[in-house]
Amino acid sequence: MQSLSVSSFCKRGVLLALGILLASGSHAQQQDFSKVKIEALKVRDNIYMLVGSGGNITLQIGADGVLIVDTQYAELSDRILAKIRELSKGPIRYIIDTHHHADHTGGNAKLRAAGMTVSGGNVGGDIADAGAGAQIIAHENALLHMTAPPAAGQPAIPSAALPTLTYFTPKKDLWFNGEGIRIMYEPNAHTDGDSIVYFRQSDVISSGDVYVTNQYPFIDIANGGSIQGIIAAANNIIDLIIPVYGQDGGTLVIPGHGRLSDIGDVINYREMLTIIRDRIADMIRKGMTLEQVKAAKPTQDYDPRWGASSGFWTTTQFVEAVYKNLSTAQGK
Amino acid sequence: MNSLIRSVLLLALAAGSCLLSSAAMSEKNLAGVWVGTYSEDWPDRFPGPELGDYAGLPINDADRLRALSWSASLIALPEYQCRVHPSDYANSFADIRLWEERDPITEKLIALHLQHFAWQTRRTIWMDGREHPPEYAQHTSMGFSTGQWDGQVLTIHTTHLKEGWLRRNGAARSDKATVTEHFIRHGDILTWTVVVNDPIYLEEPFIRNRDYRYSVDNQVANYACDSVVEMVRAPGYIPHHLPGTNEDVKIFAETHGIPYKAAMGGAATMYPEYIKVIRSLPVPSPR
Repeated sequence: MQSLSVSSFCKRGVLLALGILLASGSHAQQQDFSKVKIEALKVRDNIYMLVGSGGNITLQIGADGVLIVDTQYAELSDRILAKIRELSKGPIRYIIDTHHHADHTGGNAKLRAAGMTVSGGNVGGDIADAGAGAQIIAHENALLHMTAPPAAGQPAIPSAALPTLTYFTPKKDLWFNGEGIRIMYEPNAHTDGDSIVYFRQSDVISSGDVYVTNQYPFIDIANGGSIQGIIAAANNIIDLIIPVYGQDGGTLVIPGHGRLSDIGDVINYREMLTIIRDRIADMIRKGMTLEQVKAAKPTQDYDPRWGASSGFWTTTQFVEAVYKNLSTAQGK
Repeated sequence: MNSLIRSVLLLALAAGSCLLSSAAMSEKNLAGVWVGTYSEDWPDRFPGPELGDYAGLPINDADRLRALSWSASLIALPEYQCRVHPSDYANSFADIRLWEERDPITEKLIALHLQHFAWQTRRTIWMDGREHPPEYAQHTSMGFSTGQWDGQVLTIHTTHLKEGWLRRNGAARSDKATVTEHFIRHGDILTWTVVVNDPIYLEEPFIRNRDYRYSVDNQVANYACDSVVEMVRAPGYIPHHLPGTNEDVKIFAETHGIPYKAAMGGAATMYPEYIKVIRSLPVPSPR
C-alpha cells in the first residue's frame, strides 16, 4: 500500500469537496436555472422521463396517483410540479430518491408537500397530519448522508426534504398503479446509498447515477462510491433487461443523466468501464504510479465520447478515482 | 360560347393534371425487392473483414485504439450474439425490401419502409416532413430517419443511432454520428450511398456505396437468431486486448504484404495519393 502523500491527501480533499458540493446543493447555486425548461418524454403508457437540469426524473402515473423517482434541483420544483400536473391530476404518493445528491433530491421538500401519504387506522385517527406530504423512500445510507453535518457555510438539508421511509435490505418492493415496483440496492457504486427502481409491468428501469450516458460516471469516493460497484450495478441492470430480437428495445432504462436507453447502450457502458478498469488494474499490477497511469492515457479511446477537460467531473478526476479504488484492498 | 368556355376549362384541367402527375413522376418508385450485386468489397461483406484491416477507414487515434483493443471473442458473449448491424452498415449484406406507406386519400407519401435480410432489421424513413426527436430520446440501431426527394435522388438524414461499427473487426462508430444517404435509381439498378459523419471517431466523413438489382422473382427471407451461452465465463467478463498486446492485428498486413501503418487506416489511406506513401513504408515479412 502506498503512503498518503501530500498530493494524494489534497486530491482526496478535492473528491470529498465534490461529494459535499453535490450533497449540499451548492453546485446548484452556481447555475442559472432561469432558462431551464422541463420537458416530458413518454417512455411507456404510464411512464414518463422528465428532463430539465440535474438528474432525470421518472414519473409513473395512474389511478393510484403519481410516483416520482428523483426530484432534480429545488429551484426547478415549481416547473416540475407544473409539468407533472399537465400529465396527471392525481395525488403525489411516493418519491423515491436513487441517492442523496442535491441534483436528484433538491426538489424533495416542495414535491413532497404537494402530495399525500396513504395512512389510516390508528395512525390516521391519532395523528392529524399523518397523511400530509408524499412518502420519500431511499436507502438508509442516503438518509445518513443527508443528515450528516453540512460543510462549513452550507445550510443543513431541511427535515421536510429528508426520506421518510428507508430500507437497509437488498431490496424493497412496492405495488402502485397496478404494477410491482422493485427498489434494489446497488452497494458502493456511485455512492454507498444507490437504488435502482424497476417497474416490472411497464418494463422500465430508473437507474439513478449508476448508469449515465453523458459522461464518465461520477464515482463519489468520499461517500462510498467505487468503480467496481458501478460495473456491478451495470451488470445487474443488464441481468434484469430482456431485449426484443436483435438487442434493440425491450426493457428501457432511464439513466441518471442523459438519454433514454436500452440494453445495447448499457452493454456499451459496461464494456467501456470494464475495459478501463482492466487497463488501470493492469498498470497498478505493474507498479505504475498514478502520474504514470495518467500519462499512459488509459481512457484515450473513450475520451472523445465520455471525457471532459473542464467542469464538475473531468477525465483526470475519473482516472484518479478508478486508480484510488483499485489501489485499495477493497477495490482489487 | 358555352362550349368554348368548356373547352378552355378542360384544357386547363388537362394541363394542371399533367403538371401534377409530372410532379409525382419526379419521385422514383423504389418499392420492391432489391438483390445485392456484391461487385465490390466482397471480403468486407459476407466473409467479414480480416483482423487488423482498417485501411481506407478515416478513423482517428481514439478509434484506432478501440479497434486494437477489440477481441473477436466479444461476439461469443450471449448479449452480443444477436446484436444487429446498424442501418449505416446493414446495407452491405444481402437483399432488401422497400415499400411505401401512402395516405389512402391523398396518395401522399408518408414513409418508406425498408427491411434488410441481414438480421431482419426494419427501418422507417419518414417522408412527411416531421421533425427529429430531441437528443434525449431513445437511440436505436436503425436510428431516426427522414427523407426528401432532391430531383430524382432520395436523400435521407438519420440521427439517434446507437453505437455501431464502421467495420466489424473493432472499428467503432459512435452514437453521436449522423448519417446522410442517397438512393439513386437507374432503371433496375439502385445505387445506395451512405455518408457517415462521426465527430467522435472520424477524421473525415466515411462514404460507402452499395449497388442492388431489382428482382421480380425474389423474396426477402427471415433471419433468426437465438443467444446461447457458448462457454462458461466469469460474470461480467469482457474479452479485450490490453494496449500493445494485440498480435492478431498484424494478420492482415502480414498476409497481404501491406505496411502496418497503412493497415491502421486514417483519412489519408482513403485517397489514391496514399499509394505513393505505401511504397515508401516498410513491408512486413509474409506469414
